[in-house]
Amino acid sequence: MEKLVTLVPLFPLAGFLYITFFGKGFSKGFIGTLASSTILLSFIVSVLVFTTQMHGAHPAIVKVFDWITAGSFDIDFSFLVDPLSTIYLLFITGVGFLIHVYSTGYMHDDEGFNRFMAYLNLFVFFMLILVLGDSYVTMFVGWEGVGVCSFMLIGFWYKDMKNNDAAKKAFIVNRIGDLGLIIGMCLLFAYTGTLKFDDLFIGGSDASGIPGGVGTAIGISLFIGAMGKSAQIPLHTWLPDAMAGPTPVSALIHAATMVTAGIYMVARSSELYAYNEIASSVIVWAGILTSLLGATIALTQNDIKKVLAYSTVSQLGLMFVALGMGAYSTAVFHVITHAFFKALLFLGSGSVIHGMSGEQDIRRMGGLKKFMPVTHLTFLIGTIAISGVFPFAGFFSKDQIVAVAFEENKIVFILSLLVSACTAFYMFRLYFLTFHGKFRGTHDQEHHLHESPKSMTVPLMILAVLSVVGGFIGLPHAVGEQMGMHWHWLDHFLEDAVVMPSIHMSLSTEVLLMVIATIVALGSIAYAWTIYKKRGVLADEDKDMESSAQKLLYNKYWIDEIYDALIRKPVDRISHFLGKFIEPKIIDGIVEGTGSLTKNTGGIFRMLQSGSLSLYIFVFIIGLIAILLSL
Amino acid sequence: MQLFHNITVNHYLVLSSVLFGLGAFGVLFRRNAIIMFMCIELMLNAVNLTLVAFSKMWNHTDGQVFVFFIMVVAAAEVAVGLAILMMLYRNLHTTDTTVLNKLKF
Repeated sequence: MEKLVTLVPLFPLAGFLYITFFGKGFSKGFIGTLASSTILLSFIVSVLVFTTQMHGAHPAIVKVFDWITAGSFDIDFSFLVDPLSTIYLLFITGVGFLIHVYSTGYMHDDEGFNRFMAYLNLFVFFMLILVLGDSYVTMFVGWEGVGVCSFMLIGFWYKDMKNNDAAKKAFIVNRIGDLGLIIGMCLLFAYTGTLKFDDLFIGGSDASGIPGGVGTAIGISLFIGAMGKSAQIPLHTWLPDAMAGPTPVSALIHAATMVTAGIYMVARSSELYAYNEIASSVIVWAGILTSLLGATIALTQNDIKKVLAYSTVSQLGLMFVALGMGAYSTAVFHVITHAFFKALLFLGSGSVIHGMSGEQDIRRMGGLKKFMPVTHLTFLIGTIAISGVFPFAGFFSKDQIVAVAFEENKIVFILSLLVSACTAFYMFRLYFLTFHGKFRGTHDQEHHLHESPKSMTVPLMILAVLSVVGGFIGLPHAVGEQMGMHWHWLDHFLEDAVVMPSIHMSLSTEVLLMVIATIVALGSIAYAWTIYKKRGVLADEDKDMESSAQKLLYNKYWIDEIYDALIRKPVDRISHFLGKFIEPKIIDGIVEGTGSLTKNTGGIFRMLQSGSLSLYIFVFIIGLIAILLSL
Repeated sequence: MQLFHNITVNHYLVLSSVLFGLGAFGVLFRRNAIIMFMCIELMLNAVNLTLVAFSKMWNHTDGQVFVFFIMVVAAAEVAVGLAILMMLYRNLHTTDTTVLNKLKF
């Protein structure tokens, strides 16, 4: 049964190859159906594989082919089928399929439709390799592959230079993280002699033999890799810019799947981190700071996709908080619920942008509720889910993270509550400004306003349902018992794959925390309601009452500008110096000097070539005689 | 027959070196390309003569076989060389080597 897993990445790869090489001339409908159905097939196989794992099948390694054999270094290209990878498979292919279907509607009028679908398929292929790989090396193939696809899709509309810049930024910032990942992998190999997950962690547990200091170095290096891919401080700057890509890309790559690769990797290495205090606390603090930074910046942004992007940064930060505190399954739980509601929100925003003829500024929206009822309702569900209102998906996963923080570190606990409050506030600010009040766009836009086609609204509806019920896979004890359902189902499912935290809190504490979280969320929502709905404050007026703090947030803490001054400008200056002085004077001097030296010596020696045949023969004979005499 | 018995290999060598010397001087000092060409042939044949002489002396046929090779190569060389010379003469109406110095650099 596990052997079937090979098919899962194969379908999208086949789709990519077919569309790339034979796709020309087919109708958009055919290409869209083809691309979507490959993902659907993958999803069906994933469900089959997942079911066997759910019924207690042992983790299996499925070898695809021999890959690298060099001395003691032996890596097969093989897939690891265990609870962690199968649950990732499930939501990558599931959410991926919905987003493919959505894209057929969203990109329908785009001239690069075939290219877009091909890239999406290729992305899903690499993402599946990433989570299926049975070693760091195989995972790295997927890791780089999704990076390339992300690059190509951010710069999809390559005729606008701004998009290309964003694509390059994403790629370059990710390179920094990847370097950390490579260093971590090399260290790991140097100390254990293997990079296979089952040798390191699951069965063999070679990782336990690593000395403490090295363990910290490995943990932090690997985390730097995760920082790049999952947009954590200080490598978070690429993700908001990545919104230059088409909206389905933002939903699939920059919210639901690729950016959670860092969380996957740390969860996969949980045995490495579980016994390493320092690396873990680095993760906690990087996570909570990123989370706060993202949440506060999102409060003041006016671009609908930028708000969601910073929200993603913030939610990823929360996931890392959970990872750093040893609650690996909780982080995965939040990854899954986040994939549902953030994909929903992005697709919803895409639907809004589609209806608004490309407008992304919420200052020019408003009152869309009556024009786009389905988008409005599903967006509202997503907003409630991310804000953490009982019993939507976001509530349970976020509550679990907050609960773990409560047990482990009170400061982080307070900060995570603050993040929750900000999240609820900025999401409802976005919601009210977009869907309520009066329409503030141009007449043309108002005339053109329409609900999106079925291919876009149906995925929205499915994701909305998932955003409501998705949390039930990890019900807390107190709620689960009341409702007569399994509680902590996900934790039990992931037991064999990741290290489990030893947190046992009393039922009353659990309930109390849930009440606090709900109060915080509802309070923020009410506050957003009074400002943006009741008093009808508009984003424009925000700017009038701009304080220095708001300015700071609106400009994203000037982090891009600081990087610009600290890194880009000096590099520019050095390049300028090298280009204006070293290159023309020294390097060109050496190269051209060699040329003229040869030319001049040649000029002297060519005088010997007189053209007189008898002289040549004379010299020839003299030489011959000289040689004969010297013998 | 008696007369030929007195001729030793040394005689042949002397004759050969005289012929070779003549050829070499001809190549060095004549300006007409055809004469130079004939002198080269003379040198080749001087060498052939020594080879045949030694072959007779040691009662060994290797030297004579070698001579055939040299003659074949010389014939080929003559064919090519004369063709070049003929073309030169057709175009320039001279075979004087002091005039043919235009392909220097």
